[in-house]
Amino acid sequence: MRLFVIYTLDGITNGMVYAAIALALVMIWRATRIINYAQGAMAMFTTYIALTVIRHGAPYWMGFVVALAAGMVIGAVTERVLVRPVESRPPLNAVILSLGVLILLEAIAPMLFGGQTQSFPVPVSNIDIVVGTTSLPVSPFALFTVGAVLVAMLLLFLVFQRTTLGLRMRAAAFNPEIARLLGIRVGRMLTLGWGLAALLGALAGMLAAPSVYLYPSNMDEVLVFGFTGAIIGGLESPVGAVAGAVGVGLALSYVSGYVGADLAPLGGFVILIVVLMLRPQGLFSFGRQRQV
Amino acid sequence: MRPEISRSRTWAVAAVGGAAALLTAACGSSSSNANTASAPGVTSTTVTIGSTQPLTGPAAPGYSEIAPAANAYFKYVNAHGGVFGRKITYTYLDDQYNPTSTTSQTRQLVLQDKVFAMFQALGTPTHLAVVNYLNSEKVPDLFVASGCNCWNNPSQYPQTFGWQPNYTIEGKILGQYIVQNFASKKVGFFLQGPNDEFGTDGFQGVNDALQGKGLNVLSTPAYYTPTAAGAQAVGAAIASLQAQGVQVIVSFSVPLFTAIAEASAAGLNYHPQFVVSNVGSDPPTLSAILTGGALGKKLPAGLIAGTISDTYLPLLTDAANPWVTLFQSIKATYASSLPWDGNVEYGMAEAFTFVQALKAAGQNPTRASIVAAVQNSHWTDGPGLTPYAYSSSDHNGFTGVQMVTVGLTGSLTTLGPVQTTDDTPTGAIAAFTGTASAPPTSGIPSD
Amino acid sequence: MLRGSTLVRHGLVFLGLTVVLLLLTSFVFDAYTNYNVTEVAILAISAAGLTVLTGINGQVSLGHGALMMIGAYTTSVLLTWHPDLPLILMLVASIATTGIAGAIVGIAGARLRGPYLAGATLALAVALPQVPSHFASIFGGNQGLSVPTPTPPPFLGANFTQEEWLAWIALAAGVITFFVLANLVRGATGRRFRMVRDNEVAARLAGVDVARTQILAYVISAACAGLAGSLFAYWVTRTSPSGFTLNLSLSLLTAIVIGGLGSLVGAVVGSFILVYLPVWTGGFASSLNLSSNVANNVPLAIYGIVLIVAILVFPRGIAGGFASILRGATRVLGPSRRSPALPTAPETPSQ
Repeated sequence: MRLFVIYTLDGITNGMVYAAIALALVMIWRATRIINYAQGAMAMFTTYIALTVIRHGAPYWMGFVVALAAGMVIGAVTERVLVRPVESRPPLNAVILSLGVLILLEAIAPMLFGGQTQSFPVPVSNIDIVVGTTSLPVSPFALFTVGAVLVAMLLLFLVFQRTTLGLRMRAAAFNPEIARLLGIRVGRMLTLGWGLAALLGALAGMLAAPSVYLYPSNMDEVLVFGFTGAIIGGLESPVGAVAGAVGVGLALSYVSGYVGADLAPLGGFVILIVVLMLRPQGLFSFGRQRQV
Repeated sequence: MRPEISRSRTWAVAAVGGAAALLTAACGSSSSNANTASAPGVTSTTVTIGSTQPLTGPAAPGYSEIAPAANAYFKYVNAHGGVFGRKITYTYLDDQYNPTSTTSQTRQLVLQDKVFAMFQALGTPTHLAVVNYLNSEKVPDLFVASGCNCWNNPSQYPQTFGWQPNYTIEGKILGQYIVQNFASKKVGFFLQGPNDEFGTDGFQGVNDALQGKGLNVLSTPAYYTPTAAGAQAVGAAIASLQAQGVQVIVSFSVPLFTAIAEASAAGLNYHPQFVVSNVGSDPPTLSAILTGGALGKKLPAGLIAGTISDTYLPLLTDAANPWVTLFQSIKATYASSLPWDGNVEYGMAEAFTFVQALKAAGQNPTRASIVAAVQNSHWTDGPGLTPYAYSSSDHNGFTGVQMVTVGLTGSLTTLGPVQTTDDTPTGAIAAFTGTASAPPTSGIPSD
Repeated sequence: MLRGSTLVRHGLVFLGLTVVLLLLTSFVFDAYTNYNVTEVAILAISAAGLTVLTGINGQVSLGHGALMMIGAYTTSVLLTWHPDLPLILMLVASIATTGIAGAIVGIAGARLRGPYLAGATLALAVALPQVPSHFASIFGGNQGLSVPTPTPPPFLGANFTQEEWLAWIALAAGVITFFVLANLVRGATGRRFRMVRDNEVAARLAGVDVARTQILAYVISAACAGLAGSLFAYWVTRTSPSGFTLNLSLSLLTAIVIGGLGSLVGAVVGSFILVYLPVWTGGFASSLNLSSNVANNVPLAIYGIVLIVAILVFPRGIAGGFASILRGATRVLGPSRRSPALPTAPETPSQ
């Protein structure tokens, strides 16, 4: 029973990290109809930036904020400089472009930050909480991980639903032509959307690094699981992406625990296929079927 | 400063420091034979050897230091006159631990770069992809950097030689230590696997030693996969060992996953005794991984303190050991950017063995003569704690280890004598009675 | 009648090509070049299949490496059981099993579009290598299965090397594959593939069974991957899960896009780049005398930059880019003839 609780809580904690990546992918998908395969590599890169800041004696939170800001800049610059020219081109061009960015970032990171695997600090202890003599199956850092992603989601929801800026961004994503007619700087909105998505990715990178450790390809699988979660939930739905990603986290944790750690990715794949066979657009998409 | 001056100074250093080497060179030149291009990769002034290494990618941490460290030793030898006047050129390519790359790069080294021999090619799945090819092309395949017992197969792989004690030998000696010291504790396993040579060979060896000794052993090991998803699952795997009351965890894991396992156990408020294979226990590598504070304010050295492991080379932290002083001074001159850790010591020690072999292969070495030299020389001097086991029927290198424990600051202390055994289930474990050899004063093998 | 004569003409061209390639391997190339040419041929076979699927039928696959793995393991497992079976049988068996696997993936994939298909195939590429790793009694676990190098038949003489023989086999397989695919994409099947890619609704109105067409494209593409996988097993001489990383799948996709999407020639160009870029950039990096952290990663960085630049500068791929340059040149230099019938990328391949 205690093991079941541990597997469940591990699954939720990891799932929330995947959820942050999934949400970033969904934001970019809804804004520009592109899947950003470099999302994980961008998060890796900003996590290295945070570590560099912290290593130079700054407190954790300084590194944390710098990484979020760096994420925003990297996301925005990528959209403006590299993605903009291919936005109107066949979608495969954007796929290859983002793979190029992924490869480039994973090559540059060890040049700048060294090739050694490193650990990444935590702001609060990741030793399980002890009450009396009992060790609870949860650590302050696990609570922080879940809380941080929930807060980030809430803030994004407020920005998109309750501010004029959010309204403009939604309009630009929903119908660029009409938005342009209404005087909205569509390009600027898309750049901002990519920036916010990369900020969310930077958060995911710093939350994942204490458990997966930090090396240039450390986020590759996290990206795959986040993407899997986003697809299971349905790429149109932020809520679905989060639910799907947490589901993937739980599935991986249960398969690891009860079947075998080496079969976890296979378990995730099987669930993905079952869901897609029943609902080819994911669980939370209620739009047009079979849109190309 | 003019280059001529600096060169003559180098020669002067060689003359003073490398008396033994000079003697050999003198013998060589006094005989009527001159240096010839006696084999592929051998000219009158150079010997080119090749290797495949994980310089980037997930296996790179730690392991990427091995070949540069070996190269530093070769630079030292080259600066002191080389071997029979030939300089060693060491070409190591990055295969990212991917057997497909290993295959094509090994072809590049053999067919294009025309190397004389392969040296310290790293990894079990990677090198298995080329071992047939190298043997069919009769390329000497010296001192594979992996503890798989598959390299000791003289009938099928006559060109291939292991070097470090294989995982089964290591497992048996670790297992004996557990029988002698933790007989009343419940023993569990944390292994790379489930179907990985490293994990299964080690598990086999430990089980051979625990067999019939009446210990309480949890027969189902916990496994990890060396990926990011695998890293996230380690906590749950350790939790299952905790739930089953395991008090001693025997771990055949790479450094990153040893670090993750020990950090995960601490995170669970679980403090078992870790017994870790040599490959995954190097304290400087573990500390480098854990520095940055995986556990908030807890010191990383404190985290790995008390871990039990083994070594087949002189202790890194034994500053009085002549091998350690030799390798540290070479590192300081020829590879100052490398850390001083187990990987660097490994790389240099293996390079020393290669120079021993190249010298023994004669003034004009051939591929056959260097293989014969390794099999027939029966060197008693080398960097290992035990002599080499090489013979025409045995292609294992070292067959003995000494138990060690990690102290609070990452220092190492030996526990008991050096012990040797073989990789058969019933082969006896015996204390090694000989004395450890010291390096020649020149730092270069003398025969 | 006309169609028959095209077939004959094509056949002669491809026959000539085969002879030229085989002569090159035996009289011009050294062993190492042959070895690399073999890899180019293997990747080109797989990439050509992917071109049919993604470039011509419009279904994206980020998991073609997993299909190659099925072909490679088919050959390796059969050889473990029956080491004496002839090579041709191995190739056919691998084509068959991978084709069947392709049908299954195709049936599932026909329901999926765009990123949903991309994500499902990506997850396949990550998940499938776990199967041979886990079921070690059949597949040998992480250390995999050994594959003997095919020995040349004695009538070719004692000096005929194993590298030459493998290059012959791979090149012959490659030429046959390209002959079959070139005729296929120019014929009615290819037209149906393109109709489905360009406009599903219109294709359906024209009486095309969209799902069946998509499944057929998957089967053909998988059969190519199976053939390539089988040859790959012989080429690597060991089949293990770590040989089929996500990188292999992504490399195949990048090859067909930077080569020129939808063009079979592009698949060859892309495969050539995949094999030779690391060789060139590796040599370049080691000549620069950089610190090891930098030098080791220069080839990877150049690969990333090549991808980005190729997409921004040659949106229709390198083969397409050369085609436009050639067309421009003929317009300027030559008389106003029709431009040579070089393969071009489709206007609107969908993701």
